[in-house]
Amino acid sequence: MATRAPIASRPGGSRFAQFKLVLLGESAVGKSSLVLRFVKDQFDDYRESTIGAAFLTQTISLDDTTTVKFEIWDTAGQERYKSLAPMYYRNANCAVVVYDITQASSLDKAKAWVKELQRQANENIIIALAGNKLDLVQDSSSSDAPAGNPDKRAISTAEAEAYAREAGLLFFETSAKTAENVRELFTAIARKLPLDQAGPRGLPRGPRPGVDLRPEAAGTQGGGACNC
Amino acid sequence: MDEIAPEYDVVVLGTGLTECVLSGVLSVKGKKVLHIDRNDHYGGEAASVNIETLFKKYGNYNKGEEPWKKYGRVNDWNIDLIPKLLMSNGELTNILVSTDVTRYLEFKQIAGSYVQQGRSPKATVAKVPSDAGEALRSPLMGIFEKRRAKKFLEWVGAFNEDDPTTHAGLSINTCVPRDVYDYFGLEPGTRDFIGHAMALYHDDQYIREKGASLDMIQRIRLYVNSMARYGKSPYIYPLYGLGELPQGFARLSAIYGGTYMLNTNIEEIIYEGGKAAGIRATMKERGEEGEGMKFTTKAKKILGDPSYFPGKVQVVGHVLRAICILTHPVPNTDNGDSAQIIIPQSQVGRQNDIYIAIVSSAHNVCPKGYYIAIVSTIAEGDSNHHLELQPGFERLGKIEEKFMGPPIPLYKPLESGVSDNIFISNSYDATSHFETTTDDVRDIYRRAEGHELVVEGLREGTNLVQEE
Ligand SMILES: Nc1nc2c(ncn2[C@@H]2O[C@H](COP(=O)(O)OP(=O)(O)O)[C@@H](O)[C@H]2O)c(=O)[nH]1
Ligand SMILES: [Mg+2]
Repeated sequence: MATRAPIASRPGGSRFAQFKLVLLGESAVGKSSLVLRFVKDQFDDYRESTIGAAFLTQTISLDDTTTVKFEIWDTAGQERYKSLAPMYYRNANCAVVVYDITQASSLDKAKAWVKELQRQANENIIIALAGNKLDLVQDSSSSDAPAGNPDKRAISTAEAEAYAREAGLLFFETSAKTAENVRELFTAIARKLPLDQAGPRGLPRGPRPGVDLRPEAAGTQGGGACNC
Repeated sequence: MDEIAPEYDVVVLGTGLTECVLSGVLSVKGKKVLHIDRNDHYGGEAASVNIETLFKKYGNYNKGEEPWKKYGRVNDWNIDLIPKLLMSNGELTNILVSTDVTRYLEFKQIAGSYVQQGRSPKATVAKVPSDAGEALRSPLMGIFEKRRAKKFLEWVGAFNEDDPTTHAGLSINTCVPRDVYDYFGLEPGTRDFIGHAMALYHDDQYIREKGASLDMIQRIRLYVNSMARYGKSPYIYPLYGLGELPQGFARLSAIYGGTYMLNTNIEEIIYEGGKAAGIRATMKERGEEGEGMKFTTKAKKILGDPSYFPGKVQVVGHVLRAICILTHPVPNTDNGDSAQIIIPQSQVGRQNDIYIAIVSSAHNVCPKGYYIAIVSTIAEGDSNHHLELQPGFERLGKIEEKFMGPPIPLYKPLESGVSDNIFISNSYDATSHFETTTDDVRDIYRRAEGHELVVEGLREGTNLVQEE
């Protein structure tokens, strides 16, 4: 787990940092789709549920010397009946709160999730607001692929942007379907993360504070022999 | 809000650890699971709570006061309601690794395992010797006894069930543990710490129990091998408290399609021909306006903890527990950040052992400078329960705050569930570890599914979006 965003300097002065990122937002706004686009550069129109996409990683190179690794936690559908566990928020360094720009109520839900984050997560968590399904409101003249309809838009860019500014959130309108702004969204988060805390030399990536449970990590095994 | 599906393979009631492990495993195996809890949090009886919730639960303060305020930020506290530790080589560790739930959790060692000999004010508290070598250095025994204990532990280490030449001439399947102790000439005090602090029996019935010798040997080996794994003690503990365990398994279930609903009351269990066939329920958040969301759904099976089936369980005993907040390490535990102390029953004139589990800020369960010690035992009398725990309190030094309620009933199901499709778990018992909890998981799985649970390789070949 990215409990303390370990930042390490590598030979040649390069920096590597790992952060936990969580997704929040109403069901079906496209949280899992955004992750799938970012991590695998894929999109599936008919994916109905979130099975299996619940723990993924992706790295972003900010420049020649700086690499950020996201450990991405998807909700696994536990947001549907408001049953996310405290474990989900624990030690999250950043969050993407998603709404659907064609669903008027989804921005209110997003605002409620931002409040929930402020209550449950780290004080200095970095939050980005993403208005997803941008393709649905773009007609084909404005972009190559989409065949959307501007009338479908239920939340104006200005309204969401004003809220994001007021609440101190990063803001993007995205499409998991066309990939528009998806990389930009995650890159903006990476840039805002406290990489500089590493200082000129960075922190050594020491051993995890805890114990490693995997059998191969243990000194001895239970199997047949006994250590009496 | 989305519709609930009209039918599930399994509806699970209560989000204690037993229920969450079962949900996780069943979901991985492709079962469609609906998992419900009436509370607004995971963990049921076995949750970890913050200090404000703890004060409110026990109500030990005057109206208008807010005593939790002097303990720092309430959310820095994760206090277990039920004290247990994981054996590093135990079955729960095995399940955590096989299911990869370890990804969501971080564990730390418990710094030491101790046992009391004698009774206050002359009690000795000493490290439980963890191998033959340590037995030789232990203050718990005199010089000749140390050698006998060393011999015994070496014998346990070399014991092989299939090789009678390692059985010391004892007929292991029929002799009782007392015969084994007699053979090695062990003194009563040695028998006490071996049986209670290593084999972790919480009373002395095992001594005369036919066929228990093999079980005793296996228990000692589990202790010794768990000890050898990380070095300081045989126990490990999850950062942020035991309440993280059910949450981790719930997440596993959700990843494999399990549906989770907290704040949901079961109005009725629907029967068809004497068998459970579904539920009628209402989801409503605390303080939420209106009627909430009412629904019914069919279920092929219902699993749950005893609190959801008051007519189908019996009380088999009572546990006494007191949660104590300290501002210092517990005396005689080498100033460790954590420990377990076992007070074997006969040392203090009881029939059941007293357990003390101590954790601290090193486990992210409280702010720096605090220690949480939970003293527990099985109730033996009908009154003066506080006095039953007294030998435990005496070990703790100054206690800032003590939370103790009435005796807690332990429930077991009346039936196996095969006839009515309702499979009920046991309450969390008085043992200090999770081995009986995982036994219960396996037992319920066998009753409900008709075959043994195999966790090894459970997730291999399951069709997931590839994880890194
Ligand atoms: N047109 C369009 N559909 C999307 C987009 N993102 C997600 N969807 C669809 O919206 C539905 C819900 O997406 P999902 O990622 O499962 O939402 P989640 O519940 O928030 O994780 C699926 O049918 C997706 O195919 C998008 O950017 N554009
Ligand atoms: Mg999803």
